Amino acid sequence: MAEVVLRNLAKSFGTTQAVRDVSFTVPDGAFVVLLGPTGAGKTTLLRLIAGLERPDCGEIMIAGRPVASDTPAERNVAMVFQQYSLYPHMSVRDNLAFPLRSPMLRTPEPEIALKVRAVAETLKIAHKLDNKATALSGGEMQRVSIGRALVRAPSIYLMDEPLSSLDAKLRTDLRVELKRIQTSLGATFLYVTHDQIEAMTMATHVGVLDEGRLVQFGTPREIYETPASLYVAGRLGLPRMNMLPAALFAGAPPGAQTIGLRPENIVQGTGRPARVVRIEHLGDQTRLHLVFDGHEIVTLTDPHTGLEPGDLVPIEPMNPLYFDADGARIARGDY
Amino acid sequence: MAEITIRNLRKEFGSFTAVQGSTFTIADGEFFMLLGPSGCGKTTTLRMIAGLELPTSGEIWIDGEEVGRKPASQRDIAFVFQMFALYPHMNVRRNISYPLVSEGMPRARVREKVDEVARILGLEHLLDRPVSGLSGGDRQRVALGRAIVRNPKCFLMDEPLGALDAEFRERMAEELRALHDRMGATTVYVTHDQLEAMQMGDKIVVMNHGVVEQFGTPQDIYDKPATLFVAEFIGSPPMNFLRFGGHVAHGATSVMLQHHTLAIPAARETFHGDLVYGVRPEHVRFIDDGPYRGEIVATEYLGTTQIVTLETANGALKARIPADRLARVGETVGLDFNGATVSLFDARTGRAIRSDLNEGILSHG
Repeated sequence: MAEVVLRNLAKSFGTTQAVRDVSFTVPDGAFVVLLGPTGAGKTTLLRLIAGLERPDCGEIMIAGRPVASDTPAERNVAMVFQQYSLYPHMSVRDNLAFPLRSPMLRTPEPEIALKVRAVAETLKIAHKLDNKATALSGGEMQRVSIGRALVRAPSIYLMDEPLSSLDAKLRTDLRVELKRIQTSLGATFLYVTHDQIEAMTMATHVGVLDEGRLVQFGTPREIYETPASLYVAGRLGLPRMNMLPAALFAGAPPGAQTIGLRPENIVQGTGRPARVVRIEHLGDQTRLHLVFDGHEIVTLTDPHTGLEPGDLVPIEPMNPLYFDADGARIARGDY
Repeated sequence: MAEITIRNLRKEFGSFTAVQGSTFTIADGEFFMLLGPSGCGKTTTLRMIAGLELPTSGEIWIDGEEVGRKPASQRDIAFVFQMFALYPHMNVRRNISYPLVSEGMPRARVREKVDEVARILGLEHLLDRPVSGLSGGDRQRVALGRAIVRNPKCFLMDEPLGALDAEFRERMAEELRALHDRMGATTVYVTHDQLEAMQMGDKIVVMNHGVVEQFGTPQDIYDKPATLFVAEFIGSPPMNFLRFGGHVAHGATSVMLQHHTLAIPAARETFHGDLVYGVRPEHVRFIDDGPYRGEIVATEYLGTTQIVTLETANGALKARIPADRLARVGETVGLDFNGATVSLFDARTGRAIRSDLNEGILSHG
């Protein structure tokens, strides 16, 4: 396993700047998640590290060594794509063993057998080892393609939305599983997603991308609790943060343009009245859609609430976040 | 607008039975979800309502008329597919106008209708643009516009948000629901995403292997699942299942698990055999000195809450607790279950045992 350092990386495709001056470090043994909407530059970054694209400028160091002139194979990275790509004519066992049989590695067969067995057990596909790769369900195929990355001991695992094509239940299971595997191997992961739950639950560090720029890098808790900007604040939280004119409530610090209210920042029962528009039962949480002074607010309420559309609920902010006219957060110490 | 009633609807493809005798009613103006994993028969059911498949047997009533044998064109419904099928060589206005023009509506009236629909969907500034240059969301809005413009009796939607990315899907889901609240048209919506179903639906039908497992409001289905399948399919993470062999007597308010007494809602039947004690993650609480204990094996931070995975004598269990409660991997904690919310299941058939909690639901479900 190894540390990966990116310095001032940039990449354009024609007139589109996919990656703009990105610098960050993936520490050895870290699970770094890159989060951002479609087109933010997440996948391009992975492909630059893997050596599938050449940067226009900037430097990539893997384990302390610049890799600009290395081929993808020489970089010793393992990549898992969103769409599993297995060898359809081979068994699961041969698919898993394939990377180890590469002429560059020369792994002895008994060792291959041991590794394949261990990875198959971790991913709960040991009973399917002799199946043809095509005789598996979608979830099983994706586990095989993750397994094919795991049998090797690369410097870093690069994963491009590996769970997004799976159904909700399997995604939840594999999320915990991947995190467990990463921790027990002490492996370095760089993982791309636009699913905020994956980012929050698996990452040791989250990098938030906006149109090719890295706008914040920190632990999930830092990103959630002290977002650098409105853009970052809007990436995390279910329901998403309510963003309202700061003047709507008393107590805004000088220069504040926008007040950011997550459900835990909204006290119900005191303050000024908001009108209930809709109650959304999601099971574990119940969302309350309110209109306050002409502005829509979404917050949470008790699952068995007696509230109905048309009712009035007094609300008041508690420990909100404030943002200035440029969308940058005003630090807590400043108010 | 229309009420839709499905009676004993069945569909066979050769020796494979896709839908086995479904019965349910969709009230006028309802946003109705057909939910289930792939292959459960939900899309086949929708296609039969649309008239794209003929039922093997059973009845489909739309607005008081049996339409099971009628062609799609005579049912006055609008279908929105997962892949937005637009005419690529036409602009937005002509795409939305198409169904009206082909009905022979006068041009001035068409213009009026299209402008109205464009306003509802926020497409006014795009009306003269070719559809090929539009973003995924705008294309899906155009597809919706083409469905809405005809004022059909009902809308049938087959995973219309399935092809969009997570963030955008969430926004479109809210938009669709708000649109429905304004128009009030009966909508039947197929999805495999339980959160989408909970979020948008007034009612949900949960299907599995061609069988209707449960039919009801989102909160009832979540709180009072009729089967193990429903309990596991709805909720993320799903309901925890603690498996045990034992006995529950009519009127009992607790069961014995690993020599521990755990509370349940008063049972309304007697049962012997393999049982499952089902408790939702948010109804598990940590207490210092509880006799029923678990070891923390993983924690997942979610901002407001966190999900803690524990190993117990009856298997793995997940708890959803406030994010500010300290939970360290390796720590052993006492567990308290909110007994009033618990469901018991017959482990063999998957059926929920009748109790004070679910009786009203199961008797007419």
